[in-house]
Amino acid sequence: MSQPQRPLSGSPQRPLSGSPLWEVFVRSRRGLSHTHAGSLHAPDAHMALRNARDLYTRRQEGVSIWVVRAGDVVASSPDEKDAFFDPAGDKPYRHPTFYEVPDEVQHL
Amino acid sequence: MTTTTEVDLDVATYCLRLGDDALVLAQRLCEWAARSPQLEEDVALLNLALDLLGQARSLLTLAGVREGRGRDEDALAFLRDEPDVVNLQLVELENGDFGRTMARQLLVAAYAVPLWQALCASTDADLAAIAGKAVKEVAYHLDHARSWVVRLGDGTEESHRRVQAGFDEVWPYGFELFEVDPLLERLIARGVAADPAALQQVWRATVEEVLAEATLVVPETGWRPTGGRSGAHTEAFGYLLAELQHLHRSHPGVSW
Repeated sequence: MSQPQRPLSGSPQRPLSGSPLWEVFVRSRRGLSHTHAGSLHAPDAHMALRNARDLYTRRQEGVSIWVVRAGDVVASSPDEKDAFFDPAGDKPYRHPTFYEVPDEVQHL
Repeated sequence: MTTTTEVDLDVATYCLRLGDDALVLAQRLCEWAARSPQLEEDVALLNLALDLLGQARSLLTLAGVREGRGRDEDALAFLRDEPDVVNLQLVELENGDFGRTMARQLLVAAYAVPLWQALCASTDADLAAIAGKAVKEVAYHLDHARSWVVRLGDGTEESHRRVQAGFDEVWPYGFELFEVDPLLERLIARGVAADPAALQQVWRATVEEVLAEATLVVPETGWRPTGGRSGAHTEAFGYLLAELQHLHRSHPGVSW
């Protein structure tokens, strides 16, 4: 299996501080998705989770945290942006804008 | 105005002791600001310090109320001289390297967890309320210290050597955690204070478990420094207190 094309953020796996880079995802409330909050260095997953708690949930931003080694994230390349995303640009019929939503429908 | 009773004064002193422990350790941890091994650890250590500062504020405020002499948290934190500050010597010990700081953190946190758990059931409702908040905070402090001690002890040859040296240095100061004096006996009998005898068993089990996992040895020493509760401090304490108090003393009543 081939290596990820480009690690997110492009940083080397082991920077000068000696700890690998981790991407942090925080879920702010029950029912919402985890959202990328930022990244940090930590020697292992256990410490990454704790560092994430200290860095990204200081102001009650979250109820759940994921950490993922940055090197394990496979990211799309900016060079492929046109091929990846432009074809969706002229297909407005994919948006659900062609029918009326009844007033009685809630939580949509 | 209500009359101050003997019990009030005892509770005031007890809160002062616990409040000074938290205040002084917070001040020590603040010395790591911008000096931590990692940026991430900088934030982690100062988070711990902020938790402790919050505990100190609540405890010193309660001490001032029970004492009934009109002193608020600022008066107690900033306007007492060294002999009147009654923290354990363990918390005032200099940080040393990161390994030694983590060794001290483990000894304190392994004591703080059963302490605040016990105080959640204190017959003093105000103290129990403070405990209810502190107990969650110190659980994380123990987790943090445990995580680092295991990684340093079971890490490289150098990290093992340094954290073991840290434990060797701070260990004798751990005995003071469990000293009992007449004031504490009175408060234990009333169900206000936690009994150190019970705390010591939990503490010892926690610390030994972590040290074993970290491949570290429990230091053996017959030296038992003491005196913090009666205002006797280590040589380094005066500098800490000066840094803590000078702003307030130079500019009385200063605020943000």
